[in-house]
Amino acid sequence: MIMVVAASALHSPSAPAPVGIVVHGALLAYDGVRLFDNLSFEVAPGHIACLLGPSGVGKSSLLRLIAGLTGAASGVVRGSDGVPLTGRVAYMDQRDLLLPWASALDNVLLGSRLRGETPDRARARDLLTAVGLADRMDARPKALSGGQRQRVALARTLAEDRPVILMDEPFSSLDALTRSRLQELAARLLVGKTVLLVTHDPLEALRLGDAIHVMAGRPVELGPAMAPPGLTPRDPTEPHLVQLHRGILSTLRAADAATGGQP
Amino acid sequence: MIGGLFRLLLVALGLVLLWQVIVWVAAPPPFILPGPLATANALINRFDLLMQNAAVTLAEILLGLVFGTLLGIAGALAVIAFAPARRWLLPLLIASQAVPVFAIAPLLVLWLGYGMASKVAMATLIIFFPVTASFLDGLRRTEGSWLDLAQTMAGTSTSARLATMRHIRIPAALPALASGLRVAAAVAPIGAVVGEWVGSGAGLGYLMLQANARMQVDLMFAALFILALIALALFYVVDAASRALIPWQDDSLPVSKE
Repeated sequence: MIMVVAASALHSPSAPAPVGIVVHGALLAYDGVRLFDNLSFEVAPGHIACLLGPSGVGKSSLLRLIAGLTGAASGVVRGSDGVPLTGRVAYMDQRDLLLPWASALDNVLLGSRLRGETPDRARARDLLTAVGLADRMDARPKALSGGQRQRVALARTLAEDRPVILMDEPFSSLDALTRSRLQELAARLLVGKTVLLVTHDPLEALRLGDAIHVMAGRPVELGPAMAPPGLTPRDPTEPHLVQLHRGILSTLRAADAATGGQP
Repeated sequence: MIGGLFRLLLVALGLVLLWQVIVWVAAPPPFILPGPLATANALINRFDLLMQNAAVTLAEILLGLVFGTLLGIAGALAVIAFAPARRWLLPLLIASQAVPVFAIAPLLVLWLGYGMASKVAMATLIIFFPVTASFLDGLRRTEGSWLDLAQTMAGTSTSARLATMRHIRIPAALPALASGLRVAAAVAPIGAVVGEWVGSGAGLGYLMLQANARMQVDLMFAALFILALIALALFYVVDAASRALIPWQDDSLPVSKE
């Protein structure tokens, strides 16, 4: 069903060189509670970093901070080239956030319309073909399945052609089979992008992540990066990954206790 | 739709039966409560007269709906687009509804005359507020994560905001606008008829006053029946049109995140 298209063919010729993410000394507080205090964190250019942690720890807040949707009280968020990330970030949510009145194609073209650019229909069609929806381009979201809708959202995210991609539990609302298909698709299409992926699924992190961090505590502490060996998408049933999985789970358990989670 | 129509007919039939039973049991004099048969008779015998006046009232209602809707949409967009307008316009909007239309009807007739203009103005006045209020509500309640997405895509420049308004906020508010239009369609006849009662030379309201003065209560009932038909038809047409034009209004928003 999925047509194999080389990921590189989908990047426009002017695709910029990979840019990493640098967060330095960030302070973010809600209602007097310090969510982050002096948080520092980096994602290397072209890498996929995965953030794990108990719910409510501030994973989504960190994504919003990097996306420029919330400002930090102090600290720096910028690209590894020293320039702010504004306008260089694409964002993908757990919910597909498709506009119900627009076709799949029009949803993919949303970004260019909002920027007042001439919509590049040919490229949008290529992207929809790459995510396996060549025959559903004119369908409204209501006529698509959950997996298909999330594929459209992935195509829309790639259409932005931004060097940095932030993903907030992008596949968590899908069933296991659809999820693993989409993870493979994403691993293939996201080559060359710097990706920060928030997930609650250690297996997802092991399949896709070049670096895996566990977030815990209040204010948040970031654990040391775990770097699973091998090319993505990995098979998480391999013995050394099973070992890592066990390690991540025990770290998560400790993190949950530190954040004040229920036993 | 067919089921709804069937239920409607059944309810109407039940009401007519009840009416007939009351006439049989209580036997009021016909100038107090004429039976369904007498009303049907008046409807047939005075059909031309009724239709002439119904046409006038219908025209007033439709013109009022058009002007009221346009004014309501413009009002909501002005309030949402210009922050200063919100502070000045919103109290004005609410004040315009605090004065009962019945109270200003004589003024409108005095200023705009006995013709259709005063009735159209009345219908417009009564319609534009529900349209403004519901459209404004829809524009204000754009799904926040859509706006976040738009911000990461296009930034916060004025042109980006305008494009977001056009491509996201306005389409997202159309279902709310549609429910405002449904209310408008239901109340529009009130505006027109009140206007006719205060002073007019034609229309169903005028006909009812004349018939009342001459004790032709059956004609009054016939006029009332036609007015009810117009109101019902209007509501169903607006409802069907909004469903056809805004097919996504029944789609639920994306499941909210815990």
